[in-house]
Amino acid sequence: MPEPYNKTVMDHFMHPRNMGEMENPDGIGRMGNPQCGDIMEMYIRVKNNVIEDVKFKTFGCGAAIASSSMVTELVKGKTIDEALKITNKQVIESLGGLPAIKHHCSVLGEDALKAAIDDYLKKKTGKGLEGWKPRNDEDEHGHEAGAQKQG
Amino acid sequence: MSADATRLVYLDHVASSPVDRRVAETICTVIKNNFGNPLNVHTPGQAAQEIIETARQNVAALINADPKEIIFTSCGTESNNFALYGLAQAAVGKGKHIITSQLEHFSILHALKNLEQQGFEVTYLPVDKFGFVSPEQVASAIRNDTILVSLTHASNEIGTIEPIAEIGKKAKEKGVLFHVDAVQCAGIIPVDVKTLGVDALTLASNTFYGPTGVAALYLKKGTRILPYLVGGTQEEGRRAGTHNLAGIAGMGEAAKIAKAEMAGNSEKLIKLRDKLAQGLVQKIPEFFLTGHPTGRLPGHVSGVVKYIEGESMSMLLDMEGIAVSTGSACVSKALKASHVVLAIGVSPEDAHGSLVFSMGKDNTDADVDHVLEKLPPIVERLRQMSPLYKK
Repeated sequence: MPEPYNKTVMDHFMHPRNMGEMENPDGIGRMGNPQCGDIMEMYIRVKNNVIEDVKFKTFGCGAAIASSSMVTELVKGKTIDEALKITNKQVIESLGGLPAIKHHCSVLGEDALKAAIDDYLKKKTGKGLEGWKPRNDEDEHGHEAGAQKQG
Repeated sequence: MSADATRLVYLDHVASSPVDRRVAETICTVIKNNFGNPLNVHTPGQAAQEIIETARQNVAALINADPKEIIFTSCGTESNNFALYGLAQAAVGKGKHIITSQLEHFSILHALKNLEQQGFEVTYLPVDKFGFVSPEQVASAIRNDTILVSLTHASNEIGTIEPIAEIGKKAKEKGVLFHVDAVQCAGIIPVDVKTLGVDALTLASNTFYGPTGVAALYLKKGTRILPYLVGGTQEEGRRAGTHNLAGIAGMGEAAKIAKAEMAGNSEKLIKLRDKLAQGLVQKIPEFFLTGHPTGRLPGHVSGVVKYIEGESMSMLLDMEGIAVSTGSACVSKALKASHVVLAIGVSPEDAHGSLVFSMGKDNTDADVDHVLEKLPPIVERLRQMSPLYKK
């Protein structure tokens, strides 16, 4: 049967990993806005600079849910520095590809993770993630980039 | 991708309907036996000509038109583009103002955007919470330089049937051309071009159990239009290009069947519609219906499920063998919430959770029960994932 996404994406959509809320997380990141139709919330628990546990909640399409799920898989057990190296490209590759028009979903995943780390650092050191600003605007979280890639 | 491949509950008739078996037979017979080009005087050409003229009579009869007023095209989009470009450019000497609504299909809106770039001015009328365009508002928007009013008969997304006859009266009083996009209505509810008072009307075969790849534009006798496709003398020079012979035969057959069976189908579909609408309201918390509750297409139910997004819902429904469509950004590819759902005052975040269930003549009571059984747990599951949903 034809499907709108590949097997890996469908698997993460149907069986999302690490979905749910976390009690007293060390960092929370929220990205996207309801007007664009996708919002991700990511919660992290950090011990000795390692992301021990991660959870997510997502309002969005199949690609947004699968991207969130994949980000949590990629990040679990990583140090903060390693986690910060995760890019949306890596999310797309790990998912075995996303339709170009859905690339913004992977950007949202990367950003939600960074927002959670930023929140964690703020709480811990009083200073957030250096040189990072949330990209909450519709265009900036990758809609335009996705559209151009498709064309 | 259906997990239960033995069952298909198809509820997306506004997108395209299954071809009636009798229509499929007609198409097969024609495609096997007829190949002539109706422009030719030889026997195969004349046989083709006869098939086309029979189909034209059937399509004309469906909307109470004269066969000479029917122009065959390739799809509803072509008919809509043709009507707007052709009527506007033919009337340009009189003025450059066009009136439409905020509910229109992209084949209208994008054609109007092109006309705006060519110097035409377009007024996009707002609609009320049910999606009704007000005839009075149309009348008061008409100016001295207005040449054309183009409106949908019923939007595929909200199903509300517009007061076309009243608007037709206003347009006639003011001497302005009136085009109606009746793709969702022709063949489904009675459409009479004389009662409606329209000058042009778009209808598409694939919404009334005919094949895709064929549609028509009704053009009232004596109405000036510039051709959109130019070349040969097909369709009296108004639409060049070799005819889609088998497709046209199929559309004719579908029109004949629709005319005969419309009343019975409607009666059944209205019952299914009302049962589904009431069931959804009862079974899904924080769900609301869109469009007018009764002044709407017979098999059409539309609504919004709050806190979750349409594509996810339609994918999970598909796993249960249920095919629906949604007004979510994630499906539109424009990555914007549906302009139609926004036009009736739904907030952008809610608009992403819009669903459209459009039933057809072969749907049953059991289909409605199946949806009412399968949808609530899907909604619950996605809400558990949604950061917008707090119990």
